This record gives sequence, structure tokens and C-alpha cells, in this order.
Amino acid sequence: MADTKFTGTSTYVATDDLMMAVNAAVTLERPILIKGEPGTGKTQLAVEIAESLGKPLFEWHIKSTTKAQQGLYEYDAVARLRDSQLGDDRVHEISNYIVRGKVWEAFESEEQPVLLIDEVDKADIEFPNDLLQELDRMEFYVYETKRLVKAAHRPIIVITSNNEKELPDAFLRRCFFHYIKFPDKETMSRIVDVHFPRLKKDLLSEALNAFYKVRDVPGLKKKPSTSELLDWIKLLLAEDISPELLNAKDSRKAIPPLYGALLKNEQDVHLFEQLVFLDRRAGSNQP
Amino acid sequence: MLIPFFFVLREGGLNPSITELLTLLEAMKKGLAGQSVDDFYFLSRACLVKDESKLDRFDRIFAAYFKGVEDSLADLMGDIPEDWLRKQAELFLSDEERAKVEALGFEALMKALQQRLDEQDERHEGGSKWIGTAGTSPFGAYGYNPEGVRIGQQGSRNRRATKVWDKREYRNLDDSIELGTRNIKVALRRLRKFAREGAADELDLEDTIDKTARNAGLLDIRMVPERHNAVKVLLCLDIGGSMDDHVRVCEELFSAARTEFKHLEYFYFHNFIYESLWKDNRRRHGERIPTHDIAHKYGADYKLIFVGDATMSPYEIVYAGGSVEHWNEEPGAVWIKRLLNTYSKAIWLNPEPKQRWELTPSIKLTREIMEDRMFPLTISGLDAGIKALR
Repeated sequence: MADTKFTGTSTYVATDDLMMAVNAAVTLERPILIKGEPGTGKTQLAVEIAESLGKPLFEWHIKSTTKAQQGLYEYDAVARLRDSQLGDDRVHEISNYIVRGKVWEAFESEEQPVLLIDEVDKADIEFPNDLLQELDRMEFYVYETKRLVKAAHRPIIVITSNNEKELPDAFLRRCFFHYIKFPDKETMSRIVDVHFPRLKKDLLSEALNAFYKVRDVPGLKKKPSTSELLDWIKLLLAEDISPELLNAKDSRKAIPPLYGALLKNEQDVHLFEQLVFLDRRAGSNQP
Repeated sequence: MLIPFFFVLREGGLNPSITELLTLLEAMKKGLAGQSVDDFYFLSRACLVKDESKLDRFDRIFAAYFKGVEDSLADLMGDIPEDWLRKQAELFLSDEERAKVEALGFEALMKALQQRLDEQDERHEGGSKWIGTAGTSPFGAYGYNPEGVRIGQQGSRNRRATKVWDKREYRNLDDSIELGTRNIKVALRRLRKFAREGAADELDLEDTIDKTARNAGLLDIRMVPERHNAVKVLLCLDIGGSMDDHVRVCEELFSAARTEFKHLEYFYFHNFIYESLWKDNRRRHGERIPTHDIAHKYGADYKLIFVGDATMSPYEIVYAGGSVEHWNEEPGAVWIKRLLNTYSKAIWLNPEPKQRWELTPSIKLTREIMEDRMFPLTISGLDAGIKALR
């Protein structure tokens, strides 16, 4: 199965361990659960897997009100009732009123698809348990039409979680697991490289230094993540900020330009400004 | 070949299942880990570990095992059995040390604690083990370290305090911990009672079909309000003193309860209920809420849950002026009976093990006042308690 190896794409840098986890899931046709800090590209991963393997992608975004059943199918009784009023002939065929969910669509795909179940932890605490059978056997039963829907090709299922709720053991046992840890400087410069190929080397290294410094500020409520870094660099480029400005000898004491792109929380901005202020005062007292 | 490794993982506190092992073997059979040890490491990690907080432990076990050093497992215990360590600490601390620790005073103790935390990195070593536990605890710097301090104070383990007038700072129970609360949530869920209130914005399918049929087929759409959890809960938590040993369990309960109910009001008390309670532990001496007001403000349909170990001197319950913190005009038993008169559905959850209940007079007394509705703070106890509330 050499042709179905996932190795990252031109716009997505995958580390070795991530590739291994994804390839294991692809080969064994089992779901893979992805966790990690917000903004480390969990959702993006499914998109990139689909792209690099050339497979269709089905996305199922979970909300707090989502029920497991909605991913399979829904029975639109209201439409049927209305049609019966109008004397429509469709009304006799119950299957006309079965609305397919994302999981069904993925099961019926002509070729092996990628199915993204995004932010599974948002849903009710019992949600993952309700999907066990479906994920295991890749089939489910439609009671209204007494029909068994079975996956033509077992989809590659990517599940992401932000850790808002704990997932049940039985669910975890059926998945491969990967935790996307925050990239180190080296990986990060590869990631930035992929997104801004013509970025000047010195600007990049200065930007990364400033970025990791902000991340190291203790007590931040929301640490800036990869996606925020990319936004910030985009801004730096748009404003044509010179690396010297980032590099300025007292850069430790100065606030990085456009830091609003990095810090999204009012309290964080406030804390950060205070720290910089203190730092500056301490600096001016020293000879 | 992987079976010994599998069991070493289990011994080390990870709990991979047989299915997960089979998955790993299947993946290896398909040649996924053929190239190098690194590949095998990544693959086995993705198969066997399902929680990022366990990744580090897996790494250490993996390293130790594949170096062939099986018996270094003991060294891996750095942050594993926290409870066990804490108990050990109590054994390890000689009376002399304990006295020394107590003599240090709070500030000095915190400083020493900080120092020790700085000195030692991952592993605990030497006689100061009990602080080591706090250092590696998942609750972060000042989150759980005060617990370590409290262990020091456990010289007076069987506190039957007489008068403690000193003003102690208590921490607010942290409701942000989610660890281990899943079980509690599932148990609390049984208390859910669904009611329909508010705007009618959901289609009532059965009623619609019924009405339409009666209407000779003319569509008659019926709407109902959305169902939501209608259970209202008053949670009263004992804090400080003898409850320090149970802070963690209570935090978990609190954190789980917060998300499960739409109406949850919580109050704190110390040892027993008197004429006032409070909501914020930092301002407990300033902002107190009269117990009368609570009983008047929250309707009788609230369910009342006390959480406390009920371990104190019986005087604190039955005599006026028995409170350890202030002069109470009326005994606690009178106050709790007033609350029980208002709220017919009430239980007392006790984190003390049930075997000890008979041995502590104040627990027996509280149990009598509660008309036997006292339950241990365990999953099964919670279940039984919830049943009593319904």
C-alpha cells in the first residue's frame, strides 16, 4: 500500500509520529482521534489527508446539540405530513423522507472517503457511546425502511477533540490516538516556510523569537498558537515591518508590533502590557 | 513477543486493553512498523495510549523496557500513585519532623515548599517525599501545594477542635478540574428531570399526527416547548478543618455538578450549618448570607445536598455557642432542622469511609438528624443518594 502513505502536503507539515498514526489508521481502517492545543491544525489534518491521498472529504461538525443519530439519518416526518396533505404520491414511499447524514454519505461514497468528525467533545457526554457500533462495524440500521446501511469502503475517520469533555474508554479503545504537541522552533519555521515561501530568513527568525517570547509569558489565558503566528506574519508582511524593528536591542522591553494578532484576550493584553511596562521600568533603573 | 511489554505497561499504570494490543499486532503484521525502532515507538504509542497526560509515562516505560531494565519500574513511579505516596509520607514523617514542620508556621512552610519544589525536578527523593507529591500533582503550582502543607498539619489528625478563633483563609473549591468527573456526571445525570417550560418551539410529532388524524387529514401542527433539565439543587459544602483531606473529591463533585444542572446554588459552611453561610471563601467573614434568607429565597422544590464529613465534637451540633468559629445563639441542629423542614428532598454526602461512621459520634448524630439520608461520597453512594432525592 505504498501509494496510500500520508507524508504531509505542500501546505501542511506533518511530524514523523503524526504520519505514523495517520498511516496506521489508514491501513487498518480504524478511526484516529486527534487532540491538541487549539490552533495546531487538528481540523486541517483531515482536509490535508483527503487532499494528499486524493480522496473525497466529508465533514461533520459537532455542536452541543448534535445527536449521534443526525450523523446517520433523520426522518423528515413534517415533510411527509405536508405531502400527505397535498396528495403527493411520494408520500407512500417512506424512503423519500429519510434524510441522509454525513456518516451515511461517507458510507455510500464510490471510493474510500475521509470522514471528519470535528470537535467530538462539544456534544453530549453520551454522544461517542452512541456511535461505537457504527464506527466499529461501519454499518447501521435504518428502522423506518428496515434497511442495513453498510460502508462500501471503510472510510478513514478523523475525530478531533479539544478536551472539553472526557471521552469514554470504550470509544477510545477503538481509535488510534495522536496528540499534536506544540511545534518546536525548527518545525515551526518549516511550517511558516510552507505558508510564506518568500519570507526573508532574518524576519522569520526574529518573528519566531518574538513569538516564543510572548508564548513564554507566564499566566496567559490563551497562548498564541500556530494559526495566530501565521496571521501575525501575514500582518507583518502587509505592514512591511522590518526585521530590525523586531530585532531592536530593547525588543525585550518593547511590545512587538501588531501584537493584537497574537493575543486575543483582553486580560492577556493587559497582563502583557503590564509586564512590558514593569520590564521597561526595571531596565531604566539599571545603568 | 509483545505480551511482556503489554504487562509491563499495565503494571506501570497505563491500562491498554487486549483489543488495543491486537490492533498493534495487526498493524505490525501489515508492516507498518517494519523500518525502525522509532516507527515501532510511534505506532505502539498511537495504539496503546489514549490520553496525552499518559504520554510521558509511556515514554518512560518504553525507554526502560527496551533498554532491558525491567526492574527500573520502581523509578517510573514518579508521579504515578499519588495517594500511595501521600500515605507513605505520613508514615515516613517522624513525630519529630512533624513537630518541626508544624513549628515552621504557614509562611515559612510555603517558602520551604517552594524551595523544595525548585530543587527537585521530576522525581521525588529523600525524606521530603510528601512535598514531592504536591510538586508533580496535576493541579499546578499553588493549586494543590497547600494540600502538602495541610499534610504537615495532620499531626492533629483527629481534630475534635474546641475553639479555633483564628481566621484561616480557605480556598474556593476549584471548579475547573475535569479529571475523573465523568463518573460523577453520569451518576448526577440520574437526577435529571425533564420539564417543558418556555416558548413552544419544538414540533410535537405524536400530538401532531394524532390531531391531524382527528382533523380528517387536515394538517394541524402542534408545538411544545423544548425539554430541559428542571432539577434545582442547593449544594452546601463543608470547607476547611477536617475537610482538608477530602478537598479533591469535593472539587470533582463540585465541578461535575456545575455543568449538570441549570439551577445550582452552592454555599459553604464550616463543620456544621448555623445562622449564616457564605459563597466566597476569601470574603467569608465579610459577606455572609443568613440561612433564613436562603430558605426563603429558594423554593421548596430545590433539592438540598450537604457535603461534609460531619466529623467534629458533638457540642458543635447540639449546643448553642458550640461553633468553633463564632458564638452561635442557637445550636446547629436547630438550623439544619429548619432547612430540612423547608426542603423535603435532602441528602448528606460524606467523604469519610462508611466503616468509620459508627465510630464517630458526630456522624451518628448528623445521620439521625438527616433521618438516615447520609451516603458515602463514592459513585455508588452518589447513586443511592440521587435515588433518595428523586
